[in-house]
Amino acid sequence: MSLDDFFRQNILDHYQNPRNFGTLDHPDISAEDSNPLCGDKIRMDLMVKDGRVEDVRFTGVGCSISRAAASMLTEEIKGKTLEEVKRLSRDDVLELLGIELGPVRLKCALLALKTLKVGVYGVAEWSGEDDE
Amino acid sequence: MKALAPERPVDFAALRKDFPILDRKIYGKPLVYLDNTATTQKPLSVLRALDDYYRNTNANIHRGVYRLAEEATEAYENVRHKVARFLNARSDREIVFTRGTTESINLVAYAWGRRNVGPGDVIVITEMEHHSNIVPWQLLAEEKGAVIRWIPVDPDGRLDLRGLDSLLAGPVKLVAVTQVSNALGTINPVAEIGRRAHAAGALILVDGAQSVPHMTVDVQALDCDFLAFSGHKMLGPTGAGALVAKRAILEAMPPFMGGGEMIREVTTSGSTWNDVPWKFEPGTMNIADTVALGAAIDYVSAIGPAAIHRHGQALAAKAMEALRVIPGVRLYGPPAAERGGIVSFTLEGIHAHDVAAVLDREGVAVRAGHHCAMPLHTKFGIPATTRASFYVYNQPSDVEALAAGVRKAIETFRP
Repeated sequence: MSLDDFFRQNILDHYQNPRNFGTLDHPDISAEDSNPLCGDKIRMDLMVKDGRVEDVRFTGVGCSISRAAASMLTEEIKGKTLEEVKRLSRDDVLELLGIELGPVRLKCALLALKTLKVGVYGVAEWSGEDDE
Repeated sequence: MKALAPERPVDFAALRKDFPILDRKIYGKPLVYLDNTATTQKPLSVLRALDDYYRNTNANIHRGVYRLAEEATEAYENVRHKVARFLNARSDREIVFTRGTTESINLVAYAWGRRNVGPGDVIVITEMEHHSNIVPWQLLAEEKGAVIRWIPVDPDGRLDLRGLDSLLAGPVKLVAVTQVSNALGTINPVAEIGRRAHAAGALILVDGAQSVPHMTVDVQALDCDFLAFSGHKMLGPTGAGALVAKRAILEAMPPFMGGGEMIREVTTSGSTWNDVPWKFEPGTMNIADTVALGAAIDYVSAIGPAAIHRHGQALAAKAMEALRVIPGVRLYGPPAAERGGIVSFTLEGIHAHDVAAVLDREGVAVRAGHHCAMPLHTKFGIPATTRASFYVYNQPSDVEALAAGVRKAIETFRP
């Protein structure tokens, strides 16, 4: 796989122009998580109406993979029900990114999903198992 | 390889043929391995020593009275002698084999620390320590109600020793400091710190993970009470390293782990301990990897630690020159003359992971992250740096590949 394939144009586009970047003033759900390996941090804010994600924002610092994954996820979940969000898997994230990743970079790619699930389930309710 | 007189110039390029992994291609490009701070590659002599031990000598040590067990014991104990000579220890009995630096430090924290550190006592460490020389002391301090004081790091990545006297005031039991920073390459004046620690009535532990492989380390000249190092960072296999400690201190320490071999006598009412250093080597030790560590010490000794240090420093200087002129690059740590062969940098607007990922596609292996030194990175206000580190097989062309890769990262991420 060449460098151009690895840093696919859509990853670079989401990295340089992240969608739904920022915070919400009164989010119904807000969660923050970090990846101790690389210092990446992500916060996800959600507005929920009738069990659906009405609005979403993310902020944080991170590499292209973690930021692009977060940006793509925000587009993906807008309008979806919380039940649908709960069903999102690592494969969904990898499909959005369109690349294969080794075990180390996988953690970067999945930080946004992990943060999102912590928020949607609540820390106490989510075992964290399905993405490890 | 032939033994070389220390003053004879070493042909480092000629060493490359001893390292089979350097023939590998990564994404179709030759491997440029610049993560030697994390671990080094292994020469044929070390691979052969490992293979030879298992083919011809393998037996458990110290127990059997048959020929093979005698040979295995001798091979293992010979390495203890090699380590002692390599670091100028007073005797072989000052060498305790461990898995490496982390286990050596933990051994001190558990065996020495639990007996000698109490409520209100002080352990002094520095802001540039690797987590392996922070967390064991935090665990000990938490258990004993002791206090940790930090020697600060200045903006150039040097230890700021101006306040050392006040840090050493009071019931200070131990100063634990790295000789060479794994994140910045800074060489610290551990002999001076040791003198001042001793004057204050404290012991000194030196983390030699990045110094023992790269420079002449003489435990008597340093007068350090404990020195920890890892064999795998000096061409040896993983899982074999040592703690070097003054005999009297080892004698007074209780065991770290209980088990076979570390005892003199076991009865139903209690046990007495084996002599040092075997008191600290319970169970079946990592015999084969320790034996192969002996081959690594032979290899490093033949080149000469002083020559290795000059080689690494010259490559670090060249890398700093090459990177400094690239727009957006920020270098961390002191000038090349004050460091080992380690260069850490950030690239404005581009995460260290992305820099490393682009370099990886060019075959260049570097580390990106906080290098297990989070307090240091917090102090500098950066989540992560990219780090290139050099060893005997690295060449000036490796530095050129690094600089070219960094420029490619800029092209990739800056439209």
